[in-house]
Amino acid sequence: MKKNSNISVLFKGLLLENPVFVLVLGTCPTLATTQTVIGAFAMGIAAMVVLICSNVVISLLRKVIPDTVRIPCYIVIIAGFVTIVQMFMHAYLPELYELLGVYLALITVNCIILGRAEMFASKNSVAKSALDGVGMGLGFTLALLAMATLREVFGSGSFAGMEIPFLKDHTVDILTQAPGGLLVYGLLIFAVTAITQGRAPKKTSFGCEGCPSAGNCSACAEKEEN
Amino acid sequence: MENTKLLISILFGSILVNNYVLSQFLGICPFLGVSKKLDQATGMGIAVIFVMLVATAVTWPIQKFILEKTGLEYMQTIVFILVIAALVQLTEIILKKFIPALHKSLGVYLPLITTNCAVLGVTINNINDGYTFVQSIVSSLGCGLGFLLAMVLFSGVRSRIEERKIPKYLRGLPVTLIAASFVSLAFFGFAGIVENLLK
Repeated sequence: MKKNSNISVLFKGLLLENPVFVLVLGTCPTLATTQTVIGAFAMGIAAMVVLICSNVVISLLRKVIPDTVRIPCYIVIIAGFVTIVQMFMHAYLPELYELLGVYLALITVNCIILGRAEMFASKNSVAKSALDGVGMGLGFTLALLAMATLREVFGSGSFAGMEIPFLKDHTVDILTQAPGGLLVYGLLIFAVTAITQGRAPKKTSFGCEGCPSAGNCSACAEKEEN
Repeated sequence: MENTKLLISILFGSILVNNYVLSQFLGICPFLGVSKKLDQATGMGIAVIFVMLVATAVTWPIQKFILEKTGLEYMQTIVFILVIAALVQLTEIILKKFIPALHKSLGVYLPLITTNCAVLGVTINNINDGYTFVQSIVSSLGCGLGFLLAMVLFSGVRSRIEERKIPKYLRGLPVTLIAASFVSLAFFGFAGIVENLLK
C-alpha cells in the first residue's frame, strides 16, 4: 500500500494509528462514556461528525489562517460544530443528549479533533482531510465500542440494554465504575501494542504539536532525550 | 450555618467524592502526561487551580448577566472556551510582567491548560448544577484541589513504577493506566463520606 494514498489515509485510523489505543488522544470521553454501548456509540458518532466537518473547514482555510493564531482559530471552528451537534441532539435525540451530558460540550477540547487539525488537516488537501476525519472517527467509534462492550457485558450483564442470560446474574460491578474503566483501557492498550508489535508508529514520530500536553508529557521528554 | 455547611460539603465533595480526575474522568491527558515527576505535577496542579478560579469568576457572570439576559445560552460552549483561552494568555502575560518568579515556575504549564477539559468542564458543571457565585467559586476550588491531590498522589505511584522491571508490552501507558485504576479504587472508598460527616 502506497504511503499516504487515499486508502491508507482512510484505514490507518482503524488500527495502526488508532486515535484511542495508539495515539492515546481523547482519553477523557473514552473513559467517561463507555459505561454503556449506546452512550459510546452516540459519543463516537457525535465526535466523528465534528471531526469530519472541522477537518474539511480547517483544510479549506489552511492557507488563510495565520500561523501564530492558528490554535484559537481551530478551537472556534471546532466549538462552532460542537454547538451545532449539541443543538441537533437536544432537538431530535433528547435522551442521548441527557446521557452524554457535559461530555458533549467537551468534544470541543477533545484532543483527537484538535490533534488531527494540527497534524493532518492543516497540511493536506480537503479530500484527504475528509477521509482522515472518516477514518479517525471510525477508529474512535470502534475503540469506544470495544471498551463499552467489555464494560457493559461483564459489568452489567447486558449489551446495548438487552440482558444476557447467564452474565446478568454474575456481574463484575466494578467494571462500570471509574476504576474498571481505567483498568479495561490499560489492558486494551496492552493488547493493541502486543498485536501491532511496534509496527504502529511511536507517538513521537509524528510530532507532538497537536497534543495539549505538548512539551511536558513523558513521550515528548523521551523524544528530547534521544 | 446551613449555608456554610453546604459550602463545606461542596468543597470536600468535589475534592474527594467526585474527584474530577479519578471519578469524573476530566483532565486525564495532563494527569497521564505530566505526572511523572513530583515538581511538575505540583506545578501543573497549582496552575490548574488558579485558572479554574479565574475562569469561574469570569464565566459565571457572563452566563448569568449576558447570555441568559439575551437568550443566547446556546453560545455557551463557544463563549466559555474563548474566555478560557483568552484568560490563559492574559494570566501568562500578567505573571510574566509582575511576578516573574511565579511565571518561571508555572509558565510552561499555562498554555497546556486551554485544552484541559477539566477547566471547561468545571465552568459548565457549575452552571448546570445551578450554583450561586460563591458556591461556584468554592466548587472550582475543590475541583482544583482534587486535581492537585490526584496529580501529587499519582506522581508518587509512578516514580515507584519507573524503578521496576515491567513486561515489554505493558511498559509506558498500559501499566500507568492500570496503576491509575488502583488509585481510583482507593478514592472509591470516599463515596458517601461527606454526607455522613455533616449529618
